[in-house]
Amino acid sequence: MPYFPHTSKEIKEMLDFLGIKSIEELFEDIPKSIREKARKNFKLPEALSEIEIYKKIEEISNKNTGKDYISFLGGGAYYHYIPPVVKHIISYPTFYTSYTPYQAEISQGFLQAMFEYQSLICELTGMEVANSSLYEAGSGIAEASLMAHRINGRKEILISKGVHPEYREVLKTYINGMKLNYKEISLDEKGETDLNILKESLSNETSCLIIQSPNFFGVIETKLKEISELLHQNNSLFICSVYPISLGILKPPGEYKADIVVGEGQCLGSPLNFGGPYLGIFATKREFIRQIPGRLVGETKDLEGKRGYVLTLQTREQHIKRSRATSNICTNEALTALATTVYLSLLGKKGLRKVAELCYDRAHYAKKRLLESINTLELTYPSYFFNEFVIKLNKPVKTVYQALKDKKILAGIPLEKFFPERDKELLLAFTEMNTKEEIDYLVKSMKEALE
Amino acid sequence: MKEIPLLSEISEEGRETISLPNDIEFSPYKELPKELLRENLPLPQISEVEIVRHFTNLSLRNFGVDLGFYPLGSCTMKYNPKINEDLANLPGFTKLHPYTPEDLSQGALQIIYELEKLLCNITGMDRFTFQPSAGAHGELTGLLIIKAYLKDKGENRNTVLVPDSAHGTNPASAAMAGFKTLEIPSDERGLVDPNILKNYVNEDTAVLMLTNPNTLGLFEKDIEKIADIIHQKGALLYYDGANLNGIMGYARPGDMGFDVIHLNLHKTFSTPHGGGGPGAGPVGVKSFLTPYLPKPVVDFNGEKYYLNFNIPKSIGRVRSFYGNFSVILKAYIYIRLMGEEGLKKTTEMAVLNANYLKEKLKAIFYLPYPTLCKHEFVLSCKKQKEKGVKTIDIAKRILDFGIHAPTIYFPLIVEEALMIEPTETETKYTLDNFVSILEEINKEIEENIEIIKTAPHNTPIKRLDETLAAKNLKVKWE
Repeated sequence: MPYFPHTSKEIKEMLDFLGIKSIEELFEDIPKSIREKARKNFKLPEALSEIEIYKKIEEISNKNTGKDYISFLGGGAYYHYIPPVVKHIISYPTFYTSYTPYQAEISQGFLQAMFEYQSLICELTGMEVANSSLYEAGSGIAEASLMAHRINGRKEILISKGVHPEYREVLKTYINGMKLNYKEISLDEKGETDLNILKESLSNETSCLIIQSPNFFGVIETKLKEISELLHQNNSLFICSVYPISLGILKPPGEYKADIVVGEGQCLGSPLNFGGPYLGIFATKREFIRQIPGRLVGETKDLEGKRGYVLTLQTREQHIKRSRATSNICTNEALTALATTVYLSLLGKKGLRKVAELCYDRAHYAKKRLLESINTLELTYPSYFFNEFVIKLNKPVKTVYQALKDKKILAGIPLEKFFPERDKELLLAFTEMNTKEEIDYLVKSMKEALE
Repeated sequence: MKEIPLLSEISEEGRETISLPNDIEFSPYKELPKELLRENLPLPQISEVEIVRHFTNLSLRNFGVDLGFYPLGSCTMKYNPKINEDLANLPGFTKLHPYTPEDLSQGALQIIYELEKLLCNITGMDRFTFQPSAGAHGELTGLLIIKAYLKDKGENRNTVLVPDSAHGTNPASAAMAGFKTLEIPSDERGLVDPNILKNYVNEDTAVLMLTNPNTLGLFEKDIEKIADIIHQKGALLYYDGANLNGIMGYARPGDMGFDVIHLNLHKTFSTPHGGGGPGAGPVGVKSFLTPYLPKPVVDFNGEKYYLNFNIPKSIGRVRSFYGNFSVILKAYIYIRLMGEEGLKKTTEMAVLNANYLKEKLKAIFYLPYPTLCKHEFVLSCKKQKEKGVKTIDIAKRILDFGIHAPTIYFPLIVEEALMIEPTETETKYTLDNFVSILEEINKEIEENIEIIKTAPHNTPIKRLDETLAAKNLKVKWE
C-alpha cells in the first residue's frame, strides 16, 4: 500500500532498536480480552486498488442523478457560480494540508486570510467584529442564542417562524441542554414576523429574538428597524440570520443595529456537496467581543516590529477555559471560510451586487411568467422577496412535482416536507445559474402538468 | 521578508472584476423600497491576477503536511491520499443539493449508509449519526443523547466526569449540554485508577468521558473495571475518538464498554485539515441509545436508501442537513482503500513510529511516563527549563528546521509538555532527522541559548507578540 513508507528492513531496524521481536508486542498494554474481541469482530472488506475505488465511487456518484436536473431547489443551500480561482486557491497544499494555526510564524498565510475573512464579513454585514467561522447556520444561530444568554442572563429565546425549520430544530436541541425557554413567533398574512405577537411576547425574561431575512419562505422582512428598536427598548438582543448573497443589494443588519448576525456562507464560494461542509458566518458588535464563540484572528507585531497575525482572545476558548469557555468549538470550517474570502474578493463590490441583481431578476421573471401563464396559481405571500418565493397550486403538489421530475426539472421544495398540512405549496429558488430559457421551460412544464 | 498587503490595500475604486451575464430586466433598485436597499457595499475591487498572486503568496507563508513533518500531538496530521480529493470533487457529489429527492440522490445516501456499517464494525457500536461537523460537536451530541436517555428513565444526573488529562472540549461540551464537570486526577501511571474513580462516582454521575488511548498516548488498561464501576452506578461511558488511530484492529470502543462515542473522521480517516476544518464528528451509540439519535438517519429498505425521520425520542437536530458530506465521503474512500489489513497496519505503523521516537528522544527530554505508548507520547522540557529555555522557545526553534512543532503545554498535567504524534505516514528517515534536530537544539541550550530564546529565525516573520494582539484587539482592517 503506497501510504505506508516503511520497508520490512526499516521495520526490523525499529523493532530491534525497541528490543522487541514483533509489532504485536507494542499492543500488550491492551488487555488480552479486548484484543481477542477485536481480532474476532474487526472484519472489513479487503482493500481496493486506486483503480477499483475510482470506478466504484464514480459509479456511485452517477446514481446521484439529481445533479443533471434543472434545479429550483433552495431553502438554505443554493447553486451559485463559483469562479474557478476559488478551488485552485483552496487546493494549494500548504493551505489545504495545514491545521489550526497554533504556530503563528509558519501559519501567516492562513492567519492573514482569516483576518481578511473577518474583515470582509464585517463589511458585508455592517458589523464590527466577525469570528473566523462556525460549522453552519443552524448551530450558528444556537451559538448566538447562547451568547445572548451569557450577555444578559435572561432565559427566553424568541425565534420567528420565518427562520429555516431545520435551524429552529437545531436551536431547540441546543438550548434544551441549557434549560432555556424556546418560543416561536408566528408570521402574519404577508409572511413577515407578526409584530403584534412579538410585542405581546416580550418580557423582562426575553433574552433575544432571532429573525431570518429573507426568511425561509423567501419574504424580505420590512420592519427590521422597528423590531430592533422594540428589542433594544426591552434590553433584549436582536439576532439576524442572513442569506449573504442578498446583502449584495439589501440593507446590512448593522444598519438596523442587529446585535449578532449569523448566516449560511455556503452560497459564497462553496459547492452544494449534499449539505456540507458549509460555513457558519458569525458577526457581532465590538462590545461583545469577549463573548464570541470560536476562533478570532488579530493583528500584532513581531520582534522586529513587522505586521503579523495570531489567534487572539484564546482565553475564551475551550483549550484554555475548559468548562467556562464561550463554546466547545475547536475544529471549525476554516477552508470554507478561505473559499469565501477568495470568492468575496473576486466578486468585489460590483460583482456581488451583480450576482444579487441576477438572482432577483431571475426570481421576478419567474414570478411574472408563472402568474401570467397559469391562472390557477397564486403566491402564498404577496410580499417583497429576493430570489425565492412560495407558490400555491390548486391541488396537492405531489403529482405535479413528479410530472416535472419526469421532464428533468426539480421544481423547488414541496413545503409538505416541513409542514405536512401545506401540501399544495412549493418553495421555488432562483440564482444567476438559472437561465431564462430554463425558467420558460419550468413555466411551460408546470402549466402542462396542471392542466 | 516583505509584508503582504491586505486585500483592502490593493483594492482600487472602479476596477472591473468578474464577468457575469448582463440580461437584467427586473431591477431591485427600481422595484424595492429604498429603505430595504443598501447604499454602499464596501468590498474590495481587485483584478483576478492580483487575487491569485495575493493568495499564492500567502500560501507560501503557510506550513502543511505536504511540505513536511507535522508531529502535532492529538491532531493526527497524516498524509491524506490525493485520490480522496479527486473523487470527492466529482460533480455527482459537489452539485448535489441536500433537498434532492431521495430517488435522485441514491449514491450519496448509499455512501452514508455503507460508511455507517463500516464504522460500526471498526468501533463495535450499533448506529451512527453523521450530523456533527467536528469532534466537539460530536461530544455535545453524545452528551445530549445521554441526557435524553437519563431523562427518559426519570433520572436527573448532573455530573460529567473527565480525567485531568482530557481534551478541553470535553468539559466545554459538558457545560453546553447543561452538566457540571468534575475532574478526576490521573494516577502516577498517567491513567485513571479504578480505586480513585470509585470515590467520584455516585448517583449524580451521568457519564465518564474518556479518550483511550488517553492524551498521554497511554492505553487505559483498567478500562473494563472502569466500565463496570460506571455502569454499576447507572452512569454511562463516553469515548472521545480523537485517538482512534492508536488502536484500530486491536481494540474497539464498543468492546471496551463504551456506550457513546464520537470519531474525528478528518483525523483517523484522512481528510486534509484545511487550516482548522472542515472535519466531521459522527457519533456512534449502542442499540439502547438509538431511539435518541438526531434525525434523520439513513436506512435501506431492500431496494432504496432513504432518510428515516421516524425517531420519536430523537434529541432533534444538531445541524442543518446531514453533516459534512464530503468529509464523510473521503472517510469512506479511505477505509475502502485501506481495507481490514490496511487499517490495522495504519495503527501498527503509527504506534511503531511513536514508540521508536519516544525511545530515541528520552535521552534528550524527560519522559514522565516511561512505558509503552500508542500513537503519541508526551515529553517534558523541564530539564531544559532549568537551563533557561521554555517549551515554547524550543517549539519556535523547531520551526527553523522546516518542521511543524509538536503540541505544547498539553495535556495540562505534564509540566512544560511537548506532545508528539508522528503518524503512520512518516518514514524512519524523517523520524531520525527529527531526533537529530532536537539533539542539535538541545546542544544549542549550552552553546548559544539566545538563538533559541529569540527563535524562529528562518520563518517569514519573527516571533509574534500575542499579548499585544490581545491588548490592541485589531480584528479587521480599518
